[in-house]
Amino acid sequence: MNIIACVKQVPDTEAQIKVKADGSGIEEGQIKWVMNPYDEYGVEEALRLKEKNGGDVTIVSVGPARAMETIRTALAMGADKGIHVCDPALDNADAYVTAAALAAAIKGMPCDVIFCGQRAIDDDSGQVGSILAELLGIPQLTLVTKLEYAGSSVKVIRPIEGAQLLVETALPCVVTAQKGLNEPRYASLPGIMKAKKKPVDVKNVAALGIAVEAKAKVAKTTPPPARPPGKIICGDDPAQKAVEVARLLREEAKVI
Amino acid sequence: MAQGVWIVAEQRDGALRKISFELASTARKLADQLGTEVGAILLGSGIEGLAAQLGKYGVDKVYVGDSPALEPYVTEAHAMAAAKIIKENDPAILLLGASVQGKDLASRLAGKLATGLATDCIDVKIADGKLLAVRPMYAGKCFGEIVTSTNPQMASLRPNVFPAVENAKEAQSIKFDPAIDAAQIKSKVLEVQKDTSGKVDLTESNVIVSGGRGMKGPEGYAILEELADVLKGCVGASRAAVDAGWRPQKDQVGQTGKVVSPNLYIACGISGAIQHLAGMSSSKYIVAINKDAEAPIFAKADYGVVDDLFKVVPELTNACKKLLA
Repeated sequence: MNIIACVKQVPDTEAQIKVKADGSGIEEGQIKWVMNPYDEYGVEEALRLKEKNGGDVTIVSVGPARAMETIRTALAMGADKGIHVCDPALDNADAYVTAAALAAAIKGMPCDVIFCGQRAIDDDSGQVGSILAELLGIPQLTLVTKLEYAGSSVKVIRPIEGAQLLVETALPCVVTAQKGLNEPRYASLPGIMKAKKKPVDVKNVAALGIAVEAKAKVAKTTPPPARPPGKIICGDDPAQKAVEVARLLREEAKVI
Repeated sequence: MAQGVWIVAEQRDGALRKISFELASTARKLADQLGTEVGAILLGSGIEGLAAQLGKYGVDKVYVGDSPALEPYVTEAHAMAAAKIIKENDPAILLLGASVQGKDLASRLAGKLATGLATDCIDVKIADGKLLAVRPMYAGKCFGEIVTSTNPQMASLRPNVFPAVENAKEAQSIKFDPAIDAAQIKSKVLEVQKDTSGKVDLTESNVIVSGGRGMKGPEGYAILEELADVLKGCVGASRAAVDAGWRPQKDQVGQTGKVVSPNLYIACGISGAIQHLAGMSSSKYIVAINKDAEAPIFAKADYGVVDDLFKVVPELTNACKKLLA
């Protein structure tokens, strides 16, 4: 099988996000960068498919120079080779431009399944997998928690509100990974050593021949609105405090 | 020139979902500011009868694509049908729900129409004649104001945030041929496994009672279930509780789980790690019950109780029962 897993480098979930004073974005100085957690599920599933069915796994990432660390992490987990789309012109890429860059990098490569995370936990757009599928003219299966490969198709489970869908799709297709799909492995020490020698092809915008003008622009970034200070319900008796909370919810907040 | 504010209505099993009315009301408000019409795309099989309900919430024209190929929902078929009618009519703004189906369709459509899309918005307004969409980023650790340079300017709206307001219009129902090319539909829904618990999804619940590490184990959640039952809500969980295997993954609230905005969020034994706060800070009212007075969750809470949750929660259940009797 030829499997592709797209990865993005994002701030760690524990990272504090500080907005720049002029609202033009976030301060990146103190941030610890990691592989997007949903992409890890995609990489893991790609590796499992390869281990079961043979073939190879290519990692593709769009991001600045530091994103190479994330590609190496995926190679250390067991992927075979990487493509790094790296160009300052992509610094303000929106989902469409990112998907177009991925599509241009992937086009022409043989592939059965392309994995993406269901969303990246930085901009939370959750669009890249679908737009990539559209640009490649192949089907998409989003928010997948279980996948079964059957030669020319896959069967997957997709949770929706109040139900689960069992969907079958002809290959090739894009699958976006949701938590629950698997438990991603850690890179082993030998894996990390080997990863250093695996090939990573670095491409810029000119090589891909894509337009880089974002269609959706973040005009301004702001800190979240502050919540008004709350009340701490005092007293020694848990029952009395509970009664007071219930009263406030009923009479003041009017939510029960 | 592109004009009109459009929505893609969402129906399941022949009934419109609540988000459809939230979309219609929001579109009405934007359209009135722009002095234009509200259009709705309604897709499915045997669903023409639903058009009038959309009129009740302010829709002027309902474009009905009725075909067996559109039921059940499959991304490619719905995207094909929606893109066709959009290209024929050129609306300026297009709103969808940030539900599972809405997000799946919105992103595919953004690709097909080569336009910009703001996902999971909590506010939309008109500024200088253009759509300005406000959305949480980094799971709510900051907010972005999004402007789209191409038409239609697309946004998906977070369920439960925008009010559904009745504003009756005589909706005109316009049938169109969705022109589905069956050869291009590569996906098939083989089975719909319904959740038989009768509970709505966390993202659609008005009340969420959530438990974290302080629940000490899966059996502790029984008292949260009771409180949730009395308040007609759902039970959620922190990442710690889900990773420990106490609760199913679908219950997880936070940056790597669900982002929720109920009217009332009751956090029990949850310290308030930043990645959890990110997922629930847009709740309208927050109650925190935790033994640790220093827990960060209290900084977000409207009402805080510093005490043993195993003593407070059952009493809270009783007190609510009495008030609601």
